[in-house]
Amino acid sequence: MTSVRFNTVRLLCYGALLAALVVAPWVGLYPVLGTKILCYALFACAFHLLLGYTGLASLGHAAFLGVGGYVAGYGIKAWSLSPELALLAGLSVGALMGLVMGYVSIRRSGIYFTMITLALAQLVYFLCVQIPQTGGEDGLQGIDRGMLFGVINLHNDRIMYYTTLTIGVAAFLFIARVVRSPFGQALTAIKDNEPRAVSLGYHPDRYKLLVFTLSAALTGLAGALKAIGLGFVTLSDVHWMTSGHALLMTLVGGLGTLSGPVVGAVVLVTLENKIGELGALLAGVTGIGWFATLGESVMMIMGIVFVICVLAFRRGIMGEFDALRHRIHIHTPAPETQS
Amino acid sequence: MDIFGVPVQALMAQLMIGLVNGCFYAVLSLGLAVIFGMLHVINFTHGAMFMLGALLSWAGLYYFELNYWVMLFLAPLVVGIFGIMLERLFLKRIYKLDYLYGLLLTLGLTLIIEGAVRSAYGVSGKPYGPAPISGVTDLGFLMIPNYRLWVIVASLLVCAATWYTIERTRLGAYLRAATENPKLVEAFGINVPVLVSLTFGFGVALAAFAGVLAAPIMQVSALTGQTMIVIVFAVVVIGGMGSIAGTVVTGIGLGLVEALTKVYYPEASSMVMFLVMVLVLLVRPNGLFGGVE
Amino acid sequence: MNTATQTPALAVSDLHAWYGESHVLQGVDFQVRTGEVVTLLGRNGAGRTTTLRALLGLTGRRSGSIRLFGQEATGLSTHRIARLGIGYCPEERGIFASLSCQENLLLPPLFKGTEAGLSLDEIYRLFPNLKERKHSPGTALSGGEQQMLALARILRTGARLLLLDEISEGLAPVIVDTLGQAIHELRKRGYTILLVEQNFRFSAALSDRLLFMESGRIIDTLTPDQLDDNADKVARMLSV
Repeated sequence: MTSVRFNTVRLLCYGALLAALVVAPWVGLYPVLGTKILCYALFACAFHLLLGYTGLASLGHAAFLGVGGYVAGYGIKAWSLSPELALLAGLSVGALMGLVMGYVSIRRSGIYFTMITLALAQLVYFLCVQIPQTGGEDGLQGIDRGMLFGVINLHNDRIMYYTTLTIGVAAFLFIARVVRSPFGQALTAIKDNEPRAVSLGYHPDRYKLLVFTLSAALTGLAGALKAIGLGFVTLSDVHWMTSGHALLMTLVGGLGTLSGPVVGAVVLVTLENKIGELGALLAGVTGIGWFATLGESVMMIMGIVFVICVLAFRRGIMGEFDALRHRIHIHTPAPETQS
Repeated sequence: MDIFGVPVQALMAQLMIGLVNGCFYAVLSLGLAVIFGMLHVINFTHGAMFMLGALLSWAGLYYFELNYWVMLFLAPLVVGIFGIMLERLFLKRIYKLDYLYGLLLTLGLTLIIEGAVRSAYGVSGKPYGPAPISGVTDLGFLMIPNYRLWVIVASLLVCAATWYTIERTRLGAYLRAATENPKLVEAFGINVPVLVSLTFGFGVALAAFAGVLAAPIMQVSALTGQTMIVIVFAVVVIGGMGSIAGTVVTGIGLGLVEALTKVYYPEASSMVMFLVMVLVLLVRPNGLFGGVE
Repeated sequence: MNTATQTPALAVSDLHAWYGESHVLQGVDFQVRTGEVVTLLGRNGAGRTTTLRALLGLTGRRSGSIRLFGQEATGLSTHRIARLGIGYCPEERGIFASLSCQENLLLPPLFKGTEAGLSLDEIYRLFPNLKERKHSPGTALSGGEQQMLALARILRTGARLLLLDEISEGLAPVIVDTLGQAIHELRKRGYTILLVEQNFRFSAALSDRLLFMESGRIIDTLTPDQLDDNADKVARMLSV
């Protein structure tokens, strides 16, 4: 039972984060970039729901992101779906795919699970390449944002941003609720000691499948949001490397922390977008011309970040933050709450 | 004569290509399995090592005028040494951790390697030039280019040599024992950490060897490794990593299945491997030749 | 031969060892002279197996001094320690399933620069069962045969200090006798042996000294002829 003070600090941090996100478009953040960041943050949170609480690392989640986007985009372009229906479609298709893919993958655990999700994602990728509805190599372009519930004009970038933020926060709260619930505690028990959980009467595979499906559904939603917010869906959204992105975001942000994925997404999407400028800056400061080509080397930089995080920065940003808070908490004498 | 509407000659030609691809899958999944057995790490860089083998053989020719036969020996050696360096510098530090970190580390290393090559050479492949062995052999039902015959023979020889080393030699006994109980093997006086490094080096050298074999017949680019690694993962899941023979048979078998699909149902040819994987998982979760976990 | 000035085969001084946070050995001191047979006795959890493992560097953090044949071993890696001339028979026996009986037997490499160990013929004479089961997979052997194999394979290497952990555990009396005879034979040939045992009678018949451990320390030393006079004390130290 953590002290009241501990929880207050945490609440204040979340409040600050939320306030920052709300205020951001007014202090210079391009709303479209903000929308992109939020979509990836949702993706990362959904991904982390699976990884952080069941220990299952899926390299197949890009399938849900991309297909969620394709379904939403195609729905809008071909069937004139209103945005809320398109979002719902993305979520539902994600859930359905998650159920099927999860059923196949969860038969194995650990590294085999990851390899299987990767292969299944590749299957989906090849399907997407071939099916005409996805637009193949060109992808879906020019997806109209439409009017949410018939009244909210999403064509306005700021309104789109705040809509995305609202949906994102709702999803985040949902995830937090799931994690704190008895269901979430059962998950932790299974993750810590599966044989023991089985002896206590739990069916781990059912729990894992349910989490997988939830995670896939939320990822589909993120994909649909991204399709509407950014206006296009391409094959790279279904490529397994995108799953790798989500993995890196959760690692950088902090595995096992609730807000880690969000922080990781913010850091990495911003980094990717600004890497060109950063390179030019470094080139100017150090006089080393090679830095100017940094923009082309996104892949290599991602790899370096991966390696550094695994070797030296395993707890991630929020993990280190928590550890620091814990140390401070221990060294400050608590008020008379010890009863 | 036609088999299900396809002339025998065409079918045989496609199967031969499938056999060649299958040989690549076999050699690659063998290296992956050997590494996994000893290190308990799934080597994501395996595809990149394959790509490096091909790249080095091209570079050897282009920059140093070193011919194919020299590179067939040199490229795996260089990649093997590179692999040993990676193992000592990076992999060693994550053995005590959850398997996830091994995956993340090797994934990160893959991105660095492929990203570097991509920065240097772009995304399109480097044409190797004419195959070092020319001419065709007439087998009656099939005309097989001599180079591809060489690829098949070389791959099978390498797989056989690997099998022999692991199952029938003293060194192989050390390897098998160290896979089971590394601490005890160390207590007998065997330098297990060195053995582990060498195993990793050998595994990736195998991948590079396949890369050199592939260079003259495959347009290998910076991203070829990414496509390859997913296929090799599927092979390893389908075959299970229980036996060397099983891994090799699965690799070759899947190459043939892929070829058959290309003949009769071309749209599905890139996907059939993964569909087979799904089927096998539903029926035999531990793989066709899977040992006990 | 056993002069007071000769370097002991094993000299342990203020040895502490941890498994993670758990402080298992809390200051172990003892010596074993060359050619001696010494047994570590005590209740389960006293730290006997941990002592053997600590000698080889198989535990977590260690502090203190371990001198093997005069050489300080606490800074060495496990395979280097082994190469000083140690033969180790772990509690679990450690027979490799993916190796045949013969491959298991021939696995430990021969130590250079020491007197040669037992030849293969001598080993098969001591343990004829192992010759019959040469080509069986290691784990297809019975418990007794596996124990014999675990002992036999370290005799070939030229190891002069043998660390034997619970070799009589769970075996039929007939097999325990065979093992006892083998140990007796080794003792005659001048091997230095450190045993960890539960079987009191077995160890008393073979040992020059009996060391009693409790809570990670050695609390008493007795020779076999002192046992009758100290029966009560012994019973207390070994009671479950």
